[in-house]
Amino acid sequence: MTQGIVVEDLDKHFGSFQAVKEVSFKAEGGKITALLGPSGSGKSTVLRMIAGLERPDAGSIWVDGEEQTSKSPQERRLGFVFQHYALFRHMTVHQNVAFGLAVRKAPKSEQRGRVGELLDLVGLGPFSDRYPDQLSGGQRQRVALARALAPRPKVLLLDEPFGALDARVRQELRRWLDDLHRELGVTSLLVTHDQEEALELAGEVVVMRQGGVEQIGSPEEIYNKPSTPFVAAFVGASNVLRGTIWEGHVHFGRSAVAGAHGFDDGLEAQAYVRPHDVRITRQAGDMSFEVMVERRTNLGWMSKLVLRLQDGQMLVAELPNEEVEGIRADSRVFADLRNAKVFTVGGAEFASGEELAKV
Amino acid sequence: MSISATTSNARPSGVQGRSRFVLIAVAYVGLLLLAPIAGIVWTVIDGGSGVVRRTLAAPDVRHAFLLTGVITVMAVLVTAVFGVAVAMVLARDRFPGRRLMSAIVDLPLAVSPVIVGLMAVLLFGRGGWFEPFFTARGIQIIFALPSMLLVTVFICIPFVVREVVPVLEEVGTEEVEAARTLGASPTQTFFRVTLPTIRWGLLYGIALTAARSLGEIGAVLIVSGTIQGHTETATLYIFRALEERQEASGYFVALVLAAASIVLLTAIELFKRKRVRERSR
Repeated sequence: MTQGIVVEDLDKHFGSFQAVKEVSFKAEGGKITALLGPSGSGKSTVLRMIAGLERPDAGSIWVDGEEQTSKSPQERRLGFVFQHYALFRHMTVHQNVAFGLAVRKAPKSEQRGRVGELLDLVGLGPFSDRYPDQLSGGQRQRVALARALAPRPKVLLLDEPFGALDARVRQELRRWLDDLHRELGVTSLLVTHDQEEALELAGEVVVMRQGGVEQIGSPEEIYNKPSTPFVAAFVGASNVLRGTIWEGHVHFGRSAVAGAHGFDDGLEAQAYVRPHDVRITRQAGDMSFEVMVERRTNLGWMSKLVLRLQDGQMLVAELPNEEVEGIRADSRVFADLRNAKVFTVGGAEFASGEELAKV
Repeated sequence: MSISATTSNARPSGVQGRSRFVLIAVAYVGLLLLAPIAGIVWTVIDGGSGVVRRTLAAPDVRHAFLLTGVITVMAVLVTAVFGVAVAMVLARDRFPGRRLMSAIVDLPLAVSPVIVGLMAVLLFGRGGWFEPFFTARGIQIIFALPSMLLVTVFICIPFVVREVVPVLEEVGTEEVEAARTLGASPTQTFFRVTLPTIRWGLLYGIALTAARSLGEIGAVLIVSGTIQGHTETATLYIFRALEERQEASGYFVALVLAAASIVLLTAIELFKRKRVRERSR
């Protein structure tokens, strides 16, 4: 028996629009897996199909080795947490958390025990008689989580659970969810458009784009070895430099960046370079090339430099302040780019993770 | 409140203008609504307590009240059950013809009750489309309770639907989906989640329906045949009492109906306020 969630070749149309295309992945038992993608990428639809809230046109869904595809949400008994909490507004916190037990006719004493246990777990014990509209957003989402966990679901499905909260509460809840997951170890699938959230919480990330799966991998793989230009651009900030491939380098003007091994010479290519992978020196080095500083913005402990290459392309660099002392707008310096991810332009052809690993 | 306080400080002339409006509004309401009620009360009191006793003792009056009560209760039950069903479909499902259906629900508001009565006569009266079917089975529709109930229900269809649809649209389907993922059956979801969510809107619609059923006369007049002690409702009794120059007892029945309406009106105000709060949550 495979623990966790297995999804095979899911398809879903809304009218003539195909929201989900041949999506397959596994979410390992006891771990947090993230479905990451921009809005409209179909990630929420996939989650809703797993919960039984949408019916797939094709494909199958398995949870802990049991086929779920044609079951109703009621039969699946999976915990679901909604972006806008979806608490029952006419019920107290206690009644909300007890709902999943009450509809299964659990004895009152058992309900009370379990609800108390969960409210303590989410730190809302003293709030059990409040109504949802008397709670803050963060508190409501914790109630929603307690409610989803109360019937001991096999898996927990979270649909942008922190999306409606402000940045600070989001940070707090993220850390709190991480702790909670360590404690409970329930298989979790997290839908998010926030790459930071996915990288921080998930053991594995499924990147989605336009209804399809773009890449599946650990946060490190997704970040350091993006398999498509989309992943390189979507996960973490990237500079994009256009050039031509020649002997394993992408050349633009008199500058060049390594990372194009295994491509044919003469191909048009794009090199994706993270702002923190740009090094700045005062003297020319082996691989560095001259750039002009257009603008320098001090962000406290680090600085953001906007650089102009000789062929006119722009490049953003982020460096600790002590590395760029004395550099300001109109300075001429030398840049050295590391860990560039190279993709050829136009064709479906691009460097795979393995190819990039060799560089 | 603080807003009106600041405006009154800043622009006293505006307040004067507004108090003139208040005066006009009060005069309008007083003249058009309170004066007739006062007149009715006065006539009843003037007739002495004998009128009240005699009216209440008359079998045709008792029957008229009973019939109005029966029609009101049944109209409320039918429009509440089907109204909620229609509202759920209109608010939650997307299907071709949905807008048309939504418009048709409002039709009774635009059609004169007399025409509603006429339509019922055309369908169920002598030579009507459905008349042979029911006559063959010995069921009388026209000049009997079924047609009176039918036209009242028809007229009251919009009230529950119109009050419940906005509430359902406002709260969305997430709570329902949450209930389903928590293991609730569709029936449990309806009674534990949907019904409590729409309760004030529903009660408001029911109160409107009851008020309308109590006071309905046009359609009922056409289909009932006003057979004394048989198909004569309270409003029809008032109509006949006035024709037969039994003003005092007619006014007394009218007063009872007015009192019932005022109770419903109070309930309506209460439900409306609760419903607004429910939607703002």
